[in-house]
Amino acid sequence: MSIAIDNVSYAAGETLIVNGVSLSVGKGRILGLLGPNGSGKSSLLRLICRLRKVKSGVIRLGDDDIAAIPRAALARRIAFVEQQSTTDTQLTVRDVVRLGRTPHRGLLSTWNAGDEAAIDEALGRVDMRERADQLWQTLSGGERQRVHIARALAQAPSELLLDEPTNHLDIQHQLDILSLVSKLGVTSVVALHDLNLAAMFCDSLAVMRKGEIVAAGAPEEVLTEALIGDVFGVNAHIERSAVHGRFNIQYRMA
Amino acid sequence: MNQAYPIRPAWWALSALTIAAIVILAVMVSLAVSIGEIAIPVATTAKAVANRLFGAEFELSRIHQGIVWDYRLSRALVAASAGASLALCGAILQALLRNPLAEPYVLGISAGASTGAVAVMVLGLGYGVLTLSGGTFIGAVVAFLLVGVLAAGTGGTSERIILCGVAISQLFNALTSYVVTTSANAEQARGVLFWLLGSLSGVRWPDVYLSAPITLAGFLICLAHVRALDAFAFGMDAAASLGIAVRRTQIVLLATTAAMTAGVVSMVGSIGFVGLVIPHAARFIVGPGHARLLPAVALGGAIFMVGADIVSRIIVPQQILPIGVVTALFGAPAFAIILYRARRTA
Repeated sequence: MSIAIDNVSYAAGETLIVNGVSLSVGKGRILGLLGPNGSGKSSLLRLICRLRKVKSGVIRLGDDDIAAIPRAALARRIAFVEQQSTTDTQLTVRDVVRLGRTPHRGLLSTWNAGDEAAIDEALGRVDMRERADQLWQTLSGGERQRVHIARALAQAPSELLLDEPTNHLDIQHQLDILSLVSKLGVTSVVALHDLNLAAMFCDSLAVMRKGEIVAAGAPEEVLTEALIGDVFGVNAHIERSAVHGRFNIQYRMA
Repeated sequence: MNQAYPIRPAWWALSALTIAAIVILAVMVSLAVSIGEIAIPVATTAKAVANRLFGAEFELSRIHQGIVWDYRLSRALVAASAGASLALCGAILQALLRNPLAEPYVLGISAGASTGAVAVMVLGLGYGVLTLSGGTFIGAVVAFLLVGVLAAGTGGTSERIILCGVAISQLFNALTSYVVTTSANAEQARGVLFWLLGSLSGVRWPDVYLSAPITLAGFLICLAHVRALDAFAFGMDAAASLGIAVRRTQIVLLATTAAMTAGVVSMVGSIGFVGLVIPHAARFIVGPGHARLLPAVALGGAIFMVGADIVSRIIVPQQILPIGVVTALFGAPAFAIILYRARRTA
C-alpha cells in the first residue's frame, strides 16, 4: 500500500472533524474523496500530509508512520495542492515551481542541474514551459492550478494530494486537470465535488459524511442511487455511459 | 511591474549593482561626515579616518579630527546599521505576515519599544537592573505579542493585522504621552519628544559597537531562513507542506525582528517607514526571491538612512530636523502608493 490510514480521528477544539477513518490507496492509484461541504475531506488531506496532527490512529506511507518522518523528508515524499491558493508576491511561473525544490535543498546549497531539470520536467508535464517567465498574477484559474501541480511534481513526490483541484474552473479545464492527474502515475488522493468526474477519473472512491467514511471501494460499488440520496440528499439516476464506459449520474428535480 | 513578463537582473548585473550600492554607501557616509555646521572637506575626513584606523600621521586640527571621528563618523555608521536593520525587519515581516504594508512602525513594535524606553528613562522602572535597551526590548515584545493576540482573536487575516498594529501603536503612543506629560520635567519631556521622532544626535562609538553586531547577527539569521521566507508566499500551510518548520521559523524570525527593532529604537528613537519603502524598492530592482532581496534591502536601508540623516541636517538652515520626520515625508506617500497598487492587483 502506498498510503494506509488506520482508524484516524482529528478534532478541532471539542468538535470531532474526522472520526475513525480507515482507508488505503495502492501504488499509482487515484482515490477520490467525496462528501458534502464540511464532511472532513480537506481535514483528512491535511492529516495525510501532517499539516494537522491526528488525535488518534496512524497514517502510513509505505511502511513508515508519518508521525515519525521529519518534516523535510515528508515533503520529499508527499506533495499537497491546496484549494485556490494564491499570492500577492510578484512571482513568475518558474518561481512558483521552483518552490517545489525547497525540501530537496540544504541550508546554503545553490541551485544545481538536478533542480533545474526537475523544474523543467515539471513545467513540461503540465504544458507550461513556454509560459515559465510569465507572472503568476496574469494566469487564469486553470493555468494557476496547473502551475500548482507542476510545483507539486517538482517536489518529486511518490504521493500527491489535491483539494478540490477543479473548483471554480470551466468544464474544459476541469477535464484537463483531472486527465493530467490521472496520467501522472503518482499515487493520488483527490477531494472532489463532481460525482461524474469522480466516476470518470478515480480508481476508487471514499464517501465521507460528518467525518466518517460511509462507503469506500470501486466507483461502481460506491456510487449507488441509495447512497447518493442518503449522503447528498438528492434523487439520482445512474447508468453506464455509452461514451466512456464509466458510471454517469443524472439528477432528478425534487 | 505589472507586466506579464517581469525582468530579473542576470548575475553579472546583480554583481555590478552590489558593487555600485557599496560605493554609493561609502560616498554617502563620506558626505554625511563632511556636511554639517562645520563643513569638512572629504579629503580631511579620509585623513582623519586613516589616522585612527591605520595609525597614519596626517597633520590635522584636533577639532577636525574630533568632529570626524567622535561625532560624525559614529553617527553615520549608526544611521547605516539602523537603516539596514529597519529595512530588513520590514522585508521579514512582509514575508511572514503576507502583507505588503507590514513593518515595525506600522505594526506598533516601535511604539511599544518607545513606551518601554520612556518607562525606564522617565519613570525609572526597573532602575539599576533594567537598562534602556532592556526596557525597549520588553516594550517591543509586549507590543508584538499584543498585536499577535489581537490579530488572532479577530480572525487572523493579514489585513486585520495592520489594523491591530494601528490600534496597539495608538495605545502605546498614548501611554508614552501619559508618562511624559505626568511624570517628566520640562527638560526630560523635550528630550523624550525629540527622541520619539527619531534622533541621531548624541550617538557615539559605544552605540556603533552595539548596533553593528545586532544588525549583522540579525542579517545572518534572516539569511539562514531565505528558503523558508520564499516558501511563505502561498501561506503557512503551503510552507509547511514544502517541509518548512513553520512555527519555529516564525518564532525565530519574529524574535529577531523584535530584537533588531528594539536595538534601533533604544539608540535612535522610533523611525518609521524605512521598512516599508526599502523592501518594495528593492523588490522592484532584484525581484522577490529573498536570497537576492535581503542583501539588497540591507544595503538600500543603510543608504536611505544615511541620506535621510544628511537631508535632516541641511533642509532647514541652522537647524536639525528629527530624522523620523524626513523618513515619514518619504514613507507616508509610499505607504499610500503601495496600498493603491495592492488594491489594483488583488
